[in-house]
Amino acid sequence: MDVLVCLKRVPLAGSTFLLTPDSRDINTEFLGFGISPHEENAVEAGVQLVEQMGGTLTLLTLGPTEAEEQLRSQLAIGATRGILLETDGEDWDPQATAAALVDAINAEETKFDLILFGAESADSAGYQIHIRVAHALSRPIVTNVKTMKIENGIAQCERAVGSVRELYETTLPAVITVRDGLNIPRYPSVPGRIQARKKPIDHKKPESHVPKLEKVSLSVAPSNSTGAQILGNGVEAVPALVDVLRTIGVLA
Amino acid sequence: MILVLIDHDRGELDPLSLRALTAARKLSDEVHAVVIGSAGAGLSTIVGEYGASVLHVAHHDGLTDYTPAASGRALVQLVSTLKPEAVLAAGTPRGNEQLAHLATILDLPMAAECSEITLGNPHTVVRARWAANLMEQALVHSELLIATVLAFAVEAEPSPVSSVVQDFDAVLEPIDLLVRILGRGGEAAKSGASLADAKVIVSGGRGVGGPEAFSLLEELASLLDGAVGCSRVVTSSGWRPHAEQVGQTGTKVAPDLYIAAGISGAMQHIAGCKNSKTIVVINTDPEAPILAYADYAIIGDLHKVLPALTEAIKATKG
Repeated sequence: MDVLVCLKRVPLAGSTFLLTPDSRDINTEFLGFGISPHEENAVEAGVQLVEQMGGTLTLLTLGPTEAEEQLRSQLAIGATRGILLETDGEDWDPQATAAALVDAINAEETKFDLILFGAESADSAGYQIHIRVAHALSRPIVTNVKTMKIENGIAQCERAVGSVRELYETTLPAVITVRDGLNIPRYPSVPGRIQARKKPIDHKKPESHVPKLEKVSLSVAPSNSTGAQILGNGVEAVPALVDVLRTIGVLA
Repeated sequence: MILVLIDHDRGELDPLSLRALTAARKLSDEVHAVVIGSAGAGLSTIVGEYGASVLHVAHHDGLTDYTPAASGRALVQLVSTLKPEAVLAAGTPRGNEQLAHLATILDLPMAAECSEITLGNPHTVVRARWAANLMEQALVHSELLIATVLAFAVEAEPSPVSSVVQDFDAVLEPIDLLVRILGRGGEAAKSGASLADAKVIVSGGRGVGGPEAFSLLEELASLLDGAVGCSRVVTSSGWRPHAEQVGQTGTKVAPDLYIAAGISGAMQHIAGCKNSKTIVVINTDPEAPILAYADYAIIGDLHKVLPALTEAIKATKG
């Protein structure tokens, strides 16, 4: 079983955002970087599948040179190798990103049985790259998967959106996007980290692009609230809260 | 003309689709709606009330349940005959996904989760990033605009017109039906009100201290006909099931009342609850970040405040 997991380097945001002076990006001077939460589940799923069935786990990312850090930290979990599609650090729009991923996948000798993505990126949240990749490779796609079972070339996937739970089945090769809750991602071991330093990472320069969805600027979204009204301390504030519940109609 | 995808589950409307209709009315006087699957035909009256003069119904045996790739194919077919200026849908996982299939097949850009849309050449949108904590102003270079409307950015406003139904047979390709649905169920049903639909949510975080004390939240939630929610740290510690997680990586909720007990307010949690009508915080820390997003707060220990609140509410109910 050969598995590919696509990742994205994103800043680990705190509870507020600072923007760069030109308002085009987040000021990351004081931020660390990681990958999107759902992607940690995707890597864990890939590691488990290769442990059970043998084969390889390849990690693919498009990003700045520094995205090698994210590949190394996930290689330490148990992936086989990485591919870094190096950009100049600018955001690539979803179509250009998907095209670069597809080119890289097609250039591989390995024909991946399963391509995994996180359900959405933490930052740009365009909700489309996985779908564009699936179409370009003529593969079926199941998204937002929280339970996945793979046997005899068939994937059974449960997705939960809203209050409806649906069970889907598809043949491999396929593209699947997974959500937090699929599994509990492991921490890298010390030997894992040491091995990861020596694991191969291919660096490639994808073709440049003209964005069709072109970012102009960012702004911090206004909060709906102007800050909480403090009703008081401890149990003595409970009557005031009961009054609030009456005012908003939750209590008669 | 603007075409709006009306999402439904076996004929049951996703009410956020009506907000997408209202967003479309602001762009054009002529709005058409489309439903995928015969069961959606029953929605013609309601889409008329919200301003769609035509409801297109895509018929195919493979379209009974949610099949996003097939939805995309049926939408391509309709778009090629109607030639709308824009195709919109609600910015939900299903709305985003179905329009992404449409955009992919047409090789056009898609702007997801837009709070503002201005048609032009290029089109201008404001769209959500970082779970709507950051807004991006962007240009869409494409004649046909394909975009989803950020949930809760627009209120649905009635604008009644008489609506007619126009049926069409969807022509699908084998790959559209490769993913088969095997079964359906409602996991939320077992824990009372579903999180996504609950009017009241009592949510707990690290400050609850362990799985046992969640009984305090359960009692209050059941008294208010609500649901129990929790933060990510609670599910990753195994205190509560993942189905109850509120946040960017869990369920995004918008109840009338959200009580956040012992939750400090990581951005990814706030992203999931900030559209609640009223947020009440119970926290020992007066500096907790969630206070900036809340309407009311009690500074105190939830283990004392929640039982006292439960008793006080029982007293009002006699």
